[in-house]
Amino acid sequence: MYPAQFDYHTPGTVKEALDLLGKYKDDAKLLAGGHSLLPAMKFRLARPAHLVDLRKVPGLAGIKEEGGSLVIGAMTTHWAVESSPLVKAKCPVLAQTAAQIGDPMVRNMGTIGGSLSHADPAADYPATIIALNAEMVVEGPKGKRTIKVDDFFKSLMTTAVGPDEILTEVRVPVCGANVGCAYMKFPHPASRFAVVGVAAALTVEGGKVSKASIGITGAGTKAVRAKGVEAALLGKALDAATIQAAAEKAPDGVDVQADLQGSVEYKTHLLKVFAKRAIEAAAKK
Amino acid sequence: MKTKVTMTINGVSYSHEVEPRMLLVHFIRELAGLTGTHVGCDTSQCGACTINLNGLAVKSCTLLAVQADGAQITTIEGLAKDGKLHPIQEAFWEKHGLQCGFCTPGMIMSAAQILQRNPNPSEAEIRHELEGNLCRCTGYHNIVKAIQYAAETMAKR
Ligand SMILES: Cc1cc2nc3c(=O)[nH]c(=O)nc-3n(C[C@H](O)[C@H](O)[C@H](O)COP(=O)(O)OP(=O)(O)OC[C@H]3O[C@@H](n4cnc5c(N)ncnc54)[C@H](O)[C@@H]3O)c2cc1C
Ligand code: FES
Ligand code: FES
Repeated sequence: MYPAQFDYHTPGTVKEALDLLGKYKDDAKLLAGGHSLLPAMKFRLARPAHLVDLRKVPGLAGIKEEGGSLVIGAMTTHWAVESSPLVKAKCPVLAQTAAQIGDPMVRNMGTIGGSLSHADPAADYPATIIALNAEMVVEGPKGKRTIKVDDFFKSLMTTAVGPDEILTEVRVPVCGANVGCAYMKFPHPASRFAVVGVAAALTVEGGKVSKASIGITGAGTKAVRAKGVEAALLGKALDAATIQAAAEKAPDGVDVQADLQGSVEYKTHLLKVFAKRAIEAAAKK
Repeated sequence: MKTKVTMTINGVSYSHEVEPRMLLVHFIRELAGLTGTHVGCDTSQCGACTINLNGLAVKSCTLLAVQADGAQITTIEGLAKDGKLHPIQEAFWEKHGLQCGFCTPGMIMSAAQILQRNPNPSEAEIRHELEGNLCRCTGYHNIVKAIQYAAETMAKR
């Protein structure tokens, strides 16, 4: 299967890439790892007239620590995150999430910037970056701006990144010693995308939860923060009854969608089960 | 607009003018004439088209040839050296890791990456890392055994 015809561009800087987006507007699409865009183009679901490949833009891939955060370039592959000693040491749940995406070949090409910009409702990263309160840095014609994760996912496959902007980096606060994190997913048996996925980051002080941050992906049209679960955990000791009661709140505020993978009832049930597993796993750390 | 693309496949340089929409797998099969790399699903699922691009196993049906401009590529044809099969190829033979053989080139290219990243993988690790390769014949058992056997023989060399 061939995509429809297009012109291919390899800008050498973010500025050049932005100029191409400005010039071709709706006819242009950025290309990162291509592992969401190219399958869509082969099915002719997407037919951009201009592909702007970011692979030659220096500095967009890589992971460093800066001011208490991991700074992950948009073009950093899932494999690079999964295998990074820095990520494993400072934010292990992010490496664990990356390791659960698709398969090894997908992880060798797919990028964190592509995954977050694409905002597939069944993508894994969104749940974890919500739980970790990440920030996205984007560059556009008017310069740089930072978007908090709670303002990032707008609707089905739509983010706060404008059509004339490029996501350049993801800033993830380093997990402190008293923070337990986990990501648990129910993978689609063929594609491995998340039918549901729940990420939990719990800060425990003096035996009680002082901060709870829970992200949910898969079940609805976009990834969301599970505010009901967070409220139910706050100030409590992590005993079985508290965890169970909090997990029951997981479907609140999720626009659960029925599809070939399951009914609304089934996915609502899965959300509770995976919220419980994620909280239990985070509580153990 | 056609673009000139140059890449090294199994040590040989190939240069062609291609449409940007040409997939890497078609460059390899049709322009370089290396038909060991197969197209199974054409939808990024089956791994029959797996090749090694600059040290990483990738699905060549989900890359454009233009993305591989300047790349170093190894395909299944590049594994045997001096007329002698690669230990993973020998292991698939020895352990009956194939039936029809359609998935085999991709399986072996994936297996090479598995053993490069982890020379002594457990059975569970092999199964997990084969997530991106589908086989409609073998039921996977003998493929896993072949990779374990290859790990043993490669450790001895
Ligand atoms: C077989 C298969 C299985 C998969 N399984 C999973 C899974 O289990 N879980 C999961 O989460 N994902 C899965 N994926 C998707 C995979 O993770 C993709 O790699 C990812 O969603 C997109 O990243 P990419 O770099 O390939 O982006 P591309 O495909 O190159 O781009 C995707 C979109 O984002 C835009 N874009 C890319 N980079 C930027 C940027 N820096 N700024 C602004 N816009 C940008 C592009 O224009 C495009 O619209 C799977 C994919 C395949 C093929
Ligand atoms: S042909 Fe490429 S993954 Fe199936
Ligand atoms: S041996 Fe026939 S598909 Fe694997």
